[in-house]
Amino acid sequence: MKQEYTITVYTENQVGLLNRIAIIFSRRKINIESLNVSPSEAEGIHRFTIVINEFEEVVRKLCRQIERQVEVLKAYFNTGDEIVWQELALYKVPTDEVAEKLQVERLLREFGARAVVIRKDYTIFETTGHREETDKLLAVLAPYGLIEFVRSARVAIIKASNGFHEKLKEFEAVEPASELIENEFLNKQAEVFSM
Amino acid sequence: MMQAELTKPSLASPEHPVEISGSQAVLEAFIAEGVDTIFGYPGGAIMPIYDALYDYHDRLKHILVRHEQGGIHAGQGYARSSGRTGVVFATSGPGATNLVTGLADALIDSTPLVCITGQVFAHLLGTDAFQETDIINITTPVTKWNYQVTDATEIPQVLAKAFFIASTGRPGPVLIDIAKNAQLQKFSYTGYTKCDHIRSYRPKPIVRKSYIEEAAALINEAKKPFVIFGQGVILGRAEEEFKAFIEKAGLPAAWTILGLSALPTNHPQNVGMLGMHGNYGPNVLTNECDVLIAVGMRFDDRVTGRLDKYAKQAKLIHLDIDPAEIDKNVKSTVPVWGDCKETLPLLTALVHEKKHTDWLNTFHNYAREEHEIVIDQELHPASGEITMGEVVEALNELTNGDAIIVTDVGQHQMVACRYAKFNESKSNITSGGLGTMGFALPAAIGAKFGAPHREVVAIIGDGGFQMTLQELGTIMQAQVSVKMLILNNRFLGMVRQWQQLFHDKRYSFVDIQSPDYVQLVKAYGLEGNSVDDRKNLKEALQKMLDSKDSYLLEVMVGKEDNVFPMVPQGCSVSEIRLK
Ligand SMILES: Cc1ncc(C[n+]2csc(CCOP(=O)(O)OP(=O)(O)O)c2C)c(N)n1
Repeated sequence: MKQEYTITVYTENQVGLLNRIAIIFSRRKINIESLNVSPSEAEGIHRFTIVINEFEEVVRKLCRQIERQVEVLKAYFNTGDEIVWQELALYKVPTDEVAEKLQVERLLREFGARAVVIRKDYTIFETTGHREETDKLLAVLAPYGLIEFVRSARVAIIKASNGFHEKLKEFEAVEPASELIENEFLNKQAEVFSM
Repeated sequence: MMQAELTKPSLASPEHPVEISGSQAVLEAFIAEGVDTIFGYPGGAIMPIYDALYDYHDRLKHILVRHEQGGIHAGQGYARSSGRTGVVFATSGPGATNLVTGLADALIDSTPLVCITGQVFAHLLGTDAFQETDIINITTPVTKWNYQVTDATEIPQVLAKAFFIASTGRPGPVLIDIAKNAQLQKFSYTGYTKCDHIRSYRPKPIVRKSYIEEAAALINEAKKPFVIFGQGVILGRAEEEFKAFIEKAGLPAAWTILGLSALPTNHPQNVGMLGMHGNYGPNVLTNECDVLIAVGMRFDDRVTGRLDKYAKQAKLIHLDIDPAEIDKNVKSTVPVWGDCKETLPLLTALVHEKKHTDWLNTFHNYAREEHEIVIDQELHPASGEITMGEVVEALNELTNGDAIIVTDVGQHQMVACRYAKFNESKSNITSGGLGTMGFALPAAIGAKFGAPHREVVAIIGDGGFQMTLQELGTIMQAQVSVKMLILNNRFLGMVRQWQQLFHDKRYSFVDIQSPDYVQLVKAYGLEGNSVDDRKNLKEALQKMLDSKDSYLLEVMVGKEDNVFPMVPQGCSVSEIRLK
């Protein structure tokens, strides 16, 4: 069954790497639903967060192709229940409309929203959460002359992860620790497949 | 140390830096890496490097090709015959884009290359400057790694990285694009240090004992174990280790066309070729073995045929250095991720000595049938037009299997791979993964430079020869000895065969004319000959082989001969057709 997977990739900070990773998906006609690139907890290491809808088998192979890139340190993939994730949304609405017709206070409380900018002509609300939550506020605001709306890519934390600091040290060692050859598919070989 | 010596870049160190240009730094890197031959073509954006090369001509041989595609295929041929990294120069823009086919070919066939392209001045990047092209983005999908240099100080480290990446792990092509300003820029050079570690790159996996043990147990229990091997054995320089492994466990072994020559063709356990035009037994018995041991091969669809009917009954042990290949096309029972130079001896130590005589005989029985129905007629026809097979067979007799054979793409390629005899590794050079017509002639030039003491015979179709025949100019000027054997069927044979078999003989644009090849090479100052009579064939081949210089022999072969056996596309390997 196809389902939503969040892929987390730790990489060197190198020009052109975004393209190298993106074409692994586009070559296979796989649509990237969301893509975020940012520094990670480890200095000099970047973290890609990529969301796609695919079969587990496909995602597994994609991760191996990603890890094969010289400047990629590690790629993980997780389903929604294995991560904590958030997206941020910004909504720009006409101030008079909203002030007149909406109970702004209630809105802020109910949706955990914040007013980031309030001007005579427009107000910008911000909220963070899952897609459904940011969508709900969008539905409420839409009838009041929504001027602009934007949602960020997903950022996600892997629940089971201990971060990358220790891993990175191992990568830096010339003689790698055996931990490093950890490769998720090799570890899952307990259930011996037949072809 | 004398003052004069201190200015020598080769003696530079952090304590005694020497001022050199980026271009010199490139050539110093080559010398430090043991490069002896460069295949290239100059142009505006790479002129500073060529200018520096002028002073290095005593240490670096540069072969001026006639087209950059020829240059990169020559680099590939060099790498494949020598086991070293091929080095290629091209200028920016069209020079660089002409490399793309070769890069794709080298990537899919895991050939180590370092290609240097010139680029416009850094301040002109993105301005659509003359001969500016975004070669980094163009080549990203077809390189193992690529990098653009805009500052000369980066050159020593970047080149060290390039050679390390190209040749380690699963080898592949690397492209370094160097802006003209960086080539010209003078900087304080502190010497060259080879790269042996990149933190994000792990070319050599640590072998897990438990998988070796599981694999050995499977092999020891197996009744019908079958080894299939690819180029990994050659790239891993593990030919001896491989032979010891199959000999101890008594395993029949079949090869992919890139694995060909890793095991001598006359080895008693060498049961032949896999895949679409492979041998009968190896294909059929893939679906009958109980344990399939794949060594350094990647289950290309030309090898597996229909995947959902491929070796379903077997347990698979897959030895590969590239984890992305394990479980990619066929699920493994035991993945042995590692360098086969290491994993094979570990496995050999644990497997029991066996013979599997009956099982090996099953292969021989299939071979007998294949001989009767296909091979005997192909190799020893009593009458009719000359067959491709008999040319290859005659060549075997005359070379004793000692020549390097470079093939192009098409029917002649399949026939040459099926019938050529090899005693030595790294002797079969062909474009397997990409199937690049036009590969053979330039690759043969490179192969000769990579293995100057060996005879190099390029077997090429009349179609493929016309794709890169400009490289005759390179042969002429470099005075390199390459034997060109054109098997002329006056058709784009392989496509014609498919049109005959699968498109109701609707021969759509496969009828191809040729120039007078003998006259053509004569224009390049080379000798040539053409035969269409069986009784002159051997003598003509002998004359070709006896020639000290390059020589072209055209053999007119059957116009509508087909290559059999054949696993039709979309069919299972057990549905292989003998006619
Ligand atoms: C660059 C390129 N273009 C097209 C093809 C498709 N193709 C594969 S085999 C073949 C025919 C080759 O004809 P020829 O060189 O005469 O060899 P033959 O098959 O007759 O031995 C063609 C056109 C290819 N492999 N490579």
